[in-house]
Amino acid sequence: MSPAILVTGLVKNFGSTRALTGLDLKVETGEVHGFLGPNGAGKTTTIRILLGLLRADAGSVSLLGADPWRDAVALHRRLAYVPGEVSLWPNLSGGEIIDLLGRLRGDLNRRRRDGLLERFELDPTKKARTYSKGNRQKVGLVAALASDAELLLLDEPTSGLDPLMEAVFQDCIREVKAQGRTVLLSSHILAEVEALCDRVSIIRLGRTEQTGTLQEMRHLTRTSITVVLKTPPDGLNSLPGVSGLEVQDSQVRFDVDSEHLDEAVRRLGEFGVVSLVSHPPTLEELFLRHYGDELSREPGHETAEAAYGRNPRA
Amino acid sequence: MSALTGTAALIRLILRRDRIRISIWVVSIALVVFLSVVGVKSLFPTQASIDQAAAATQHNAGAIAFNGPAQGLDTLGGQIAFQVGAFGMVVVALMSLFMVGRLTRGDEEAGRLELVRSLPVGIHAPTLAALIVVVAMNAVVGLLSSAFLLAEGLPTAGSLVLGASFATAGLFFTGVALVVAQITENTRVVYGSGGAILGLAYLMRIVGDVGDGTVSWFSPIGLAQKARPFAGERWWPLLPLLAAALALIATAFRLSLRRDLGAGLIASRPGRIVAAPSLGHPLGLAMRLQRGALLGWGAGVLVTGIAYGSIAPTIDSFVANNKAMADFLASAGIGSLTNIYFATSFRVMALVASGFAIQSALRLRTEESALRAESVLATVVSRWRWAASHLTIALTGSVGLLAVAGLATGVSYAIAGGPWSSLPGLLGAAVVYAPAMWLMSGLAMIVFGFAPRLVNVTWGILAGCFVIGLLGAVLRLPDWVQKLSPFERTPALPAANLAVLPLVVLTALAAVLLLGGIGGLRRRDVG
Repeated sequence: MSPAILVTGLVKNFGSTRALTGLDLKVETGEVHGFLGPNGAGKTTTIRILLGLLRADAGSVSLLGADPWRDAVALHRRLAYVPGEVSLWPNLSGGEIIDLLGRLRGDLNRRRRDGLLERFELDPTKKARTYSKGNRQKVGLVAALASDAELLLLDEPTSGLDPLMEAVFQDCIREVKAQGRTVLLSSHILAEVEALCDRVSIIRLGRTEQTGTLQEMRHLTRTSITVVLKTPPDGLNSLPGVSGLEVQDSQVRFDVDSEHLDEAVRRLGEFGVVSLVSHPPTLEELFLRHYGDELSREPGHETAEAAYGRNPRA
Repeated sequence: MSALTGTAALIRLILRRDRIRISIWVVSIALVVFLSVVGVKSLFPTQASIDQAAAATQHNAGAIAFNGPAQGLDTLGGQIAFQVGAFGMVVVALMSLFMVGRLTRGDEEAGRLELVRSLPVGIHAPTLAALIVVVAMNAVVGLLSSAFLLAEGLPTAGSLVLGASFATAGLFFTGVALVVAQITENTRVVYGSGGAILGLAYLMRIVGDVGDGTVSWFSPIGLAQKARPFAGERWWPLLPLLAAALALIATAFRLSLRRDLGAGLIASRPGRIVAAPSLGHPLGLAMRLQRGALLGWGAGVLVTGIAYGSIAPTIDSFVANNKAMADFLASAGIGSLTNIYFATSFRVMALVASGFAIQSALRLRTEESALRAESVLATVVSRWRWAASHLTIALTGSVGLLAVAGLATGVSYAIAGGPWSSLPGLLGAAVVYAPAMWLMSGLAMIVFGFAPRLVNVTWGILAGCFVIGLLGAVLRLPDWVQKLSPFERTPALPAANLAVLPLVVLTALAAVLLLGGIGGLRRRDVG
């Protein structure tokens, strides 16, 4: 089956600011794909190009087998979108807006809409002016999830939601996935990505840094080991692939590259293992490891969002 | 920390973010006043020419309806005050309404005030900062106007009174806007209801000035004109106006303590659970979003038309009692004075209603910059259909407003004693401005399509058409400049013959601009 989204070498400039500098993205049909990156990495710009709102300067973009700029309207019949900042008409009620967006797409499912309103505990009679950020976000989510669209483009859809609603959202996405539909989920909530996504693409400064399943990514990186030994060890820092070594008497903590794990564990055995805890890196650790040091090395890199001036009411 | 902590810093913030907007308002108003003074001076080089003009307008209800009471018309200063007085006060009032609305409720609705109020900033500081800036703008306009008059050698007392009446009228509407901004939580409603109060003030002035003058005392504009610049000045009528302004301002500050941040004094009602069937296509959404504005403009045009129409019979009697004028009109072959009056009325109403033609088309830009357009364009709505939905309201709404103006004028004219047979002609004389209004929508659309950040240029173009239409003769603008305005190209029915060609050309131009703008929109980035 052809991928739902296939982007190669995507470039987008806003004036002299380079927002995307050769981004690649491949989302298979039926998968939930996490789209990660620091603020200003170009996630929103990519999604807006996928929606045909922005025109790509270079590179190729294929969405459900078609060109999102040329075939925008036909494609929109098959997708639903939740923007990162759900901006609503202040004098329409939430219920009216959900109906409006559903009808404009042409596939409002009334029963599912009412069910979602209940699950997300959203009062549809309130005017949008009075909604909090979380409630505005719920309006966008209900409008998108009430559709039968085969592709969901979600741009930080849960910002502002409380943990209970976050759980409801995750249930909904699992149902969507069970129906064989495709989701592109841009998010900063790494636990959410870990819980939902089959594969993840991490982008930075407008290009893709890494893509793959979480397992593959973990494999490429390090495992954390905490161990209590019978006798205080020595010579551990001469082991290949070890970093962050902390030794306190017979208690030891360190990270080790996956390819050198075997060697490290053998060496620990020489000192007699009392207890050992090891865990693969969380996505958060992957993320921090990836950006923590690299970003700090590049202060003042201009973000696409800042250059693009996304302040809605300025 | 007091309730006013931070005011100075907030004033600097306003001056920084709105320095261009503030400069454009103040400089352009002062410039128009200055050019009008110079224009009137060269229009009437001798006392004889002034006397002649005075005789022609002294009892002309039409001229009085547009300009104000006939006082001191046999002096140069009196003529200047007559020509630019009411115009200047309306413009200063608009400046005050828009600036106050933007700086108070506009910031609050956008959530910016919340951020400001989270800082060590007093509860009244943001409002006070806005007030100080707008009062200063009014003061500068008043002082510059007085300075120009003095520099042109006009009498001191009259120059000061005219400048002061501009500033005081502006201050009154500053107070109006501040109060309205406390009552509603919607900035659009601040502009709308402030504009309605301004319209009412203008209409009361017309009724009073054409009648025995009593009603004018109750209109802020009429009251300011009672200070009689260059016609035996008296300062005291400005005092009740000033007092009313201060009372409004004090009321606004008191009201602001009785509500929560972001809320109005009138709570918003719950809405529908399920959308009405009409809210299922782009045109239905555009209609829903623009309904309030269209009704507001319609009400304004209706009342204005009734006022203009009801005065018209007075003009007939003026001509009947003035044989020289009747002979002059007959020999000049430009139709009756009543017809000239009607032609002027419709031109003014068309210019005002063009505010709707532009606002309605620019709703597209509002939707885009509020990021709401992307929600609609991410559905099965093409950019073409999205633009067409709002433009449909702009184009048909323009015709509708003109029809209301024509019918209201014609019916009230007939009821006040004019012939019913003139109704169809008056309807036509109003609707004939539709192509000019479409052209204004087209201008808005072409800018939106290609340079969305510059859409406010369209308002500048409309302001230019206003100056040409209302002050073109006074400013002695060259013919080719006057002909730049589509409203001058439109045949001035019923005082002129119907010429079809200009209407066809205007319509074609409008179509080119509208379609070109949509073409631009389809090619550019949205968001």
